Amino acid sequence: MLPRLEVVLPSVLHPSANGHSSVWVPLPGGSTIQDVLTHLGQEYPLLGRRLCDEAGMLRRYVNIYVDGDESRRLEGLSTPVWPGREVLIIASVAGG
Amino acid sequence: MAVGTKKGLWLATSPDRANWTRSGPYFLMSEIPSIGIDTRGGGRRILVGLRSEHWGPTVAHSDDLGATWHEPDHGAIAFPESTGAVLERVWQIHPDAESRPGVVWAGCEPISLWRSTDGGEHFSLNRGLWDHPHRADWGEGFGGGAAHSVVVNNDGGTVHVAMSTGGVYRSVDGGDSWKPCNQGISAYFMPEPSPEFGQCVHKIAADGATAGRLYAQNHHGVYRTDDNADSWTSIAEGLPADFGFVMLAHPVRSGTAWVIPLTADGERIPPEGKLAVHRTDDAGATWQRSDSGLPAEEYNVVLRDAAATDSADPVGVYFGTRGGSVYASADEGTTFNEVFSHLPDVLCVRVAVLAGEAAPGLVPLRSASMA
Repeated sequence: MLPRLEVVLPSVLHPSANGHSSVWVPLPGGSTIQDVLTHLGQEYPLLGRRLCDEAGMLRRYVNIYVDGDESRRLEGLSTPVWPGREVLIIASVAGG
Repeated sequence: MAVGTKKGLWLATSPDRANWTRSGPYFLMSEIPSIGIDTRGGGRRILVGLRSEHWGPTVAHSDDLGATWHEPDHGAIAFPESTGAVLERVWQIHPDAESRPGVVWAGCEPISLWRSTDGGEHFSLNRGLWDHPHRADWGEGFGGGAAHSVVVNNDGGTVHVAMSTGGVYRSVDGGDSWKPCNQGISAYFMPEPSPEFGQCVHKIAADGATAGRLYAQNHHGVYRTDDNADSWTSIAEGLPADFGFVMLAHPVRSGTAWVIPLTADGERIPPEGKLAVHRTDDAGATWQRSDSGLPAEEYNVVLRDAAATDSADPVGVYFGTRGGSVYASADEGTTFNEVFSHLPDVLCVRVAVLAGEAAPGLVPLRSASMA
């Protein structure tokens, strides 16, 4: 069985993940945030569309924090992840 | 009545168009720039184009007047990977004629036309318009590039699309190929004021009974065509201003249309701060002003899709302002009553008569005849 990573979702996205507040993602060696997003899109297509556009780009006001750092300040979607890392998806501060 | 705003959707129902029961908000904090109410075949599907600043655009539908909403897992509208494009906003949702059940058109940003054959649950990109050689030169207004008007004639063969900016395009083969149809429409903001395309047409509407006749509210200029958009003639004389966003046509009567003028491009308020609807019954030869029931002072604009007619007799006329008021007229735009106050900016208003729920005096018109 592959090791897994827990991805914590904001409450507004729980309905897009069948009501789950977090999702466990299988994690082969060398996995990245991109792999996590790909898995989420396959398991929960609606959730995947909320996070990324149809070209696969992370939406502008969606932030993914890895161990407390926003992924865009790390290696973006290439940021490596492994079991035990804390991955939080949080809506950016935006709007008026 | 469905009211799409900058921060959600509101609904209202009425047995007589005088007393309204309101509900909402639905989709709180998502903007709702487009709504289609599909009553064909006795149905009551509400389709909404919605867009969250965080979670992106999508299309949802309800078959029970908003009690439950549904959204295809993979999205109703998604650009094919080969285009390299991504959906930004759904500007228009247009259920087709009664004779073409299930067909729904959508106009989107980036400028594109889509067609569904399953009631708006899945749309296909119209490649004829997407691959048009002019596309690289189409522009964007302040609100973004928009294919905002879709007009389909009775037999489905002739389709007009209007876009900001780009102007009017026409297909006579059901959407396979397209040509610009802007002769006579001004583009004063361009070096050549009468280009083949590039006009900022804000809204077009088909006359209710005269084939080949359409009306256009342009970015300065109000026009009519009687030849399926081969040529356009100004009908702005008699209006207090030729700027505005709204163009409505009577669903079955020839020659009747409504506009809501704004002072000018550089002064986007109702003339002298007095909101009024202007109506013609002679295809634009003359106009009658109506402000009965409207506030004495109003500086908010009415956006292109924030106005609609219904299909009752007499026809109802409805519109909402960026100040969050929604007004309803049950007498073809002569007098208005305020149905909603203080909503977020109203982006879209659509109204339909539901079979079996209208009061005895509220008689649905026969199916609208289009250009």
